[in-house]
Amino acid sequence: MNLRRLTLVQKRALVGFSFILPWLVGFVFLFATPLIQSARFSFSKLNVAPGGYELEFTAWTNFKQALYIDPTFNRILTESVVNMLWSVPMILFFSLFSAVLLNQKFKGRGLARAVFFLPVILASGAIAAAETAGLISMTGSSQVAQELGEAQSGFDSISLIFMLDNAGFPDWFIDYIVSGVTGIYEIIRSSGVQILIFLAALQSVPPAMYEVAKMEGATPYESFWKITFPMVSPLILTNIIYTVIDSFADSPVTRKIYETAFQAQNFGLSAAMSWLYTGVVGIMLIVIGILVSRRVFYYN
Amino acid sequence: MERIDKLRSDEAFVYRLNKARNTSLEWAWKLVLYILIAGISFIILMPLFRRLSTAFKDPIDIYNPTIFMVPIHFTLDNIRHAMSILNYWPMLGNTLLFVTVMTLLQAVSCALAGYGFARFSFPGSRLLFGLVILTILIPMNTLMVPMYLHFRSFDVMGLISLFTGKDGVNLLNTYWPSMITSATANGLKSGLYIYIFNQFFRGMPKEIEEAALIDGAGAYRTFFTIMLPNAIPAIMTVMLFAFVWQYNDTFYTSLFMSNSDLMSVNVASLPANVNQYLPSLLGLGGNSDMRVDPNHVALIVDTGILLAIAPLVIMYLFVQRYFVESVERTGVVG
Repeated sequence: MNLRRLTLVQKRALVGFSFILPWLVGFVFLFATPLIQSARFSFSKLNVAPGGYELEFTAWTNFKQALYIDPTFNRILTESVVNMLWSVPMILFFSLFSAVLLNQKFKGRGLARAVFFLPVILASGAIAAAETAGLISMTGSSQVAQELGEAQSGFDSISLIFMLDNAGFPDWFIDYIVSGVTGIYEIIRSSGVQILIFLAALQSVPPAMYEVAKMEGATPYESFWKITFPMVSPLILTNIIYTVIDSFADSPVTRKIYETAFQAQNFGLSAAMSWLYTGVVGIMLIVIGILVSRRVFYYN
Repeated sequence: MERIDKLRSDEAFVYRLNKARNTSLEWAWKLVLYILIAGISFIILMPLFRRLSTAFKDPIDIYNPTIFMVPIHFTLDNIRHAMSILNYWPMLGNTLLFVTVMTLLQAVSCALAGYGFARFSFPGSRLLFGLVILTILIPMNTLMVPMYLHFRSFDVMGLISLFTGKDGVNLLNTYWPSMITSATANGLKSGLYIYIFNQFFRGMPKEIEEAALIDGAGAYRTFFTIMLPNAIPAIMTVMLFAFVWQYNDTFYTSLFMSNSDLMSVNVASLPANVNQYLPSLLGLGGNSDMRVDPNHVALIVDTGILLAIAPLVIMYLFVQRYFVESVERTGVVG
């Protein structure tokens, strides 16, 4: 009865609401509720009771324990955040570079693209785990396995270090470049989707712009910095966010949180750790977002 | 001096010189391009080739230092052992079935939500879309513990305990947790898929729907018979990514289904299993203290990894061109 009296706009709104209803139900029960529960857990001590659990409010104890008492959490958290800050520029640079390469016209471009996107399907946590575990069983120690894993991507970086040193670069820069070169496989493996996004962005740049620039006498170098770079700059922010989120999945912090929850059975501490991690990464994302979005150029 | 001036004023010569310079520059650039592409391709493909070579390598060849990539003694034993330890074919079938079902559920639920956000405005729709973005940004390990406890004693608003008197159903180690999260568009990377669909539907002309409305089709009919068939590129993208990521996912599977018969779970525990079962497979007896050569174990593990990624690589050979095209056409970028 009531339905008939609704205006068209209201009916449309109702229909639209019905489209997102499955998502909304899932969101409320499988995202919002766990999120709030997780926040509650982080302030409580959780005891698994028959058929459920009991919470005991402990205020900031879990956070204090994570930050001051737990022997490794601090170190792992800072290490992985520093690692993230370290690898994001590398991945961005590499993926933009590859996208520009793949956007050129040359014979065998289809094949090259197919190879460059292979890491998208091969980047798997399970395989990485099996690889290191395989090395461990080979050598009998995780320390040796790690070193072996590094040695396997064998590249003699000494000559590179000397070269850069003679060229007068500062030490931190040399460190950065060398770590990038030795970890090139890691960088390539985690930049598949980013290349895809940059490539799509490059192809949406109107070709007329390049033609004009060429007629006015711009060199390819100039037209990259004056046309290509500003046009893809909005996607740099997208890619930064994607890279950071992507690194959550197999970061050591996630592993630590998982172990704390399911091996040590300390659910409260684990929740506190994950909130700390979320907070740190969130702040980082906001800072990066503000810094980058100031410089981004929007075409429309 | 005079000759140089003369040459400069000779237009034909200057033209030829410029042309020669341009072509040589072009050739140099092409050369650099090919070297770079070949180098990066090599880094990407090398591990794959190395596994391929180990898969057919006889254990005799492990300690032969003269062998690079191409083994002297070929064998299929590695593949046979790896297959029997992984229980390969039944598990592959099971995994593919599970991943396909999940992919379809994700595509349907995310398409619905994406369309709802793209075309309808209702009170709070912008806020809700903001919440979709939030689901992309919040790392899943924040939700891990409550989700685990939630599915350990699963209950829909106390209905189950009301009827059966028990404290909900334990859904861990069944496929239900993943199915439920996917069907309600809150599964693995669902937020991203909703975003992709949203962008795509926004980019479609509104006139199509208006025409359908005037011809008497309701909103649901318009969606299923007109919008969905036109959204093939977006569906393709989402399904490709959903398939691949679901196949490779270890986080949700190890959280909800650590004992299940899925590829990612089994590959992660492969090294331990090889260590345990290889001696008896080689006919060395079932003594638990028996250890085989660790390098032989590594050989089998590498073969197992190759077997695990083989279905994806084969699929990729057929669909790789959609990867690039799809992202362009869905307008993730726009």
